[in-house]
Amino acid sequence: MSESATSNWIYLSNGQAADIDKLPVMEMAAFQETILHEIENGARISALFGQPVADETVRLWAILSQDRRSLLLPLCTDTGADYPALTPRCPQAHRFEQEICEQWGMQPLGHPWLKPVRFHAPYRSTAINPADAGTPEIGVMPFFRVEGEEVHEVAVGPVHAGIIEPGHFRFQCHGENVMHLEISLGYQHRGVERHMMSGPGGRSLHYMETLAGDTTIGHATAYCQMLEALSGTGISVRAQVLRGIALELERIANHTGDIGALAGDVGFLPTMSYCGRIRGDVLNMTAVICGNRFGRGLVKPGGVGHDLDSALRRELHQRLNAVEKDLTVAVNLLWKTSSVMARFEGAGALRPEDVEALGFVGPTARACGLERDVRNDMPGGIFRFTQIPVSTCSSGDVMARAHVRWLEIQRSITFIREQLDSMPDEAVRAPVSPLQPSRIAVSLMEGWRGEICHVALTDHHGRFAAYKVVDPSFHNWFALAYALRNQQISDFPLCNKSFNLSYCGHDL
Amino acid sequence: MTMNMTLLQIPAAFILAPLLPGVINRTKAFFAGRQGQPLLQAYYDIAKLLRKSAVYSRTTTWVFRAGPVISLAAVITALFVLPVGGSAAPFSFTGDMIFLAYLLGVVRFFTVVAALDTGSPFEGMGASREVQFSVLAEPALLLSLAAMSLIGNFHTAEIAPSRSLFMSLSEIYARLTMNAWAQSGTVLLLAAGAIAIVLLAENCRIPVDDPTTHLELTMIHEVMVLDHSGPDFAMILYAAALKLWIFCALLAGVLTPVRSGNLLLDTGAVMVGIFLIAVGVGVIESIMARLRLLRVPQLLSGAGVFALLAIVLVLRGQ
Repeated sequence: MSESATSNWIYLSNGQAADIDKLPVMEMAAFQETILHEIENGARISALFGQPVADETVRLWAILSQDRRSLLLPLCTDTGADYPALTPRCPQAHRFEQEICEQWGMQPLGHPWLKPVRFHAPYRSTAINPADAGTPEIGVMPFFRVEGEEVHEVAVGPVHAGIIEPGHFRFQCHGENVMHLEISLGYQHRGVERHMMSGPGGRSLHYMETLAGDTTIGHATAYCQMLEALSGTGISVRAQVLRGIALELERIANHTGDIGALAGDVGFLPTMSYCGRIRGDVLNMTAVICGNRFGRGLVKPGGVGHDLDSALRRELHQRLNAVEKDLTVAVNLLWKTSSVMARFEGAGALRPEDVEALGFVGPTARACGLERDVRNDMPGGIFRFTQIPVSTCSSGDVMARAHVRWLEIQRSITFIREQLDSMPDEAVRAPVSPLQPSRIAVSLMEGWRGEICHVALTDHHGRFAAYKVVDPSFHNWFALAYALRNQQISDFPLCNKSFNLSYCGHDL
Repeated sequence: MTMNMTLLQIPAAFILAPLLPGVINRTKAFFAGRQGQPLLQAYYDIAKLLRKSAVYSRTTTWVFRAGPVISLAAVITALFVLPVGGSAAPFSFTGDMIFLAYLLGVVRFFTVVAALDTGSPFEGMGASREVQFSVLAEPALLLSLAAMSLIGNFHTAEIAPSRSLFMSLSEIYARLTMNAWAQSGTVLLLAAGAIAIVLLAENCRIPVDDPTTHLELTMIHEVMVLDHSGPDFAMILYAAALKLWIFCALLAGVLTPVRSGNLLLDTGAVMVGIFLIAVGVGVIESIMARLRLLRVPQLLSGAGVFALLAIVLVLRGQ
């Protein structure tokens, strides 16, 4: 890489905006070589998406995260109807390239696994992907098949036995052994990213809050951080503290629910019953702050919509103590029961090298020993001032994912305690000025499932020219498929729960 | 008196059997800190299902409809050779333990065939698991009954030396006195352990199967009856309750060696035992997780080894 090529790159930090016009539009070859080179040096693809710029031209944007330098590198290139696929040389791009093909009809030549992601009609008409071909029928695609007399296929969903979201799972089994699992989603596709175009509007925040209902705080904060970056608004530390507390409460509630559900899936009733109740207690703490158990209406552009007075802070302290006490008993019961450990250990193990290659995020990556945590790598908001230790485990199996969750719960509780005691006396909301024209900003958050990435580009009038959301589930659904290889099909529900991925967060 | 008691055993089973799942569920609820469903929930469920009409998939044949009827009929027949403690069954004959085991085999066969008839991959998977595990559970049950018949034989050898080695279930259970426990406690304990494991496996309880799960990929028994509805499903629920009753009675008969000669007292003790066993099942389900499916055959082989060891001990004159 020559000096002149790298010198005009623009690096961003989390929640920082840059002038689009200063970003060089690279040649396709240089664009791809740069991505490969950066990934070799430890970077990850946080987002890769297309933005139509002319009738036959789409601009490809790549956001690379250099975790060790806490910097984000946005790259772009223009392409026509087709381009050589990045996936064969860079597996973590595979899902993104499928998505680009589905949305804009760009053919990634040589993509080994070109399948629909969300089964929607293309966003624009092209020769290979004409819009008048109609909406594809959801779930209808050529599934991978293992041939053979003794191989049988099991199809699960999209309607499930439990009250969960729709998704289709296709297993190729040999007896009880799973040889291959293919996951087909898209049933929850609402077109949120398209609705965001030429925004922000009155509904934008509500779309963000409901991108994935259990990650309301995570996505809403990522969006508000984005607006603040694009408009150049600074928010008070008190507001940042409140956002941090809400984010960690969301993490505690969901991790608690997951640990309980894991216990339920192996038929261990005590922890299941306790955690189900305690999750409600934690959600109620969020309701104490803002009146909604999932934190709707708490995070607002420019700060937060609700303040905490000292009486409420005392109440939160008390509730937190009670939660910690009960949860410690309930979760330790799990670790002490050998029949539970026998189920957790060795189930659905992932190798760290696969996690690296395929770009998995969140507790899934940390359970394999990778120190990958936005709060630490790309700190934004209050996490620039307070560090939460990264929780890792090494075995990469269901046990590790459960253990990482428990470690994170404990560290989040400590964090919330500290923050409740050290809130500066300030206003919690600042006015937000209009968005500046021709800017790009990237906003990252460590949601409870992992890295949430929002990327926005503004046009000449300061409206969104593109808005890209990457939920951690978008990265991690493939981790579930990968973890199931050579596992027992009866262990699928347990493995699935250990990832607990979002359907609507993926389908957007 | 004897006649009355034996005849009363059958209606007692008919009436009380659906109480057992209620007892188990209430025990689990107690451990979970919940109030739990009503004790009589199984009766309500059966009554509700009987009022509904059944839905049949177009892919199924008469086999699917015959499954629940034949299963229930076979379980009811099995009740007639089942002794409740020292109180003899209405019918007993040499080798009726094999008759009982095969009646339970008939139940399983028709449940499996009805499941396969739906053509659903889930039901096929459940059927394959059920058959695989019963291959190991059945010998464990027969071997432990055989061990008990052998001790019965040894203790009565002085009185009736010409008695055949194989006896009817009623005779076996009539001889399981306090005295038998004192002399061959180890054998009886091993046999009871084997029967207890078979009880858990045959009645789809934890650690073998999870009766409360909604996850069709992990189910064994529940997944095979997913397509049944209305009165058919009521018959399946009732047959399952009666089957649980049979196994509880077989186990309680060993564990409550009250053979005073007063049939009211003897039978009453075993009845109490039956419900205590249901409580025990609930306790097991509350304090342990379910086994990985791969490990279930090891547990069932363990039951077989217990039973075999019991036979070895009794043959060595212990």
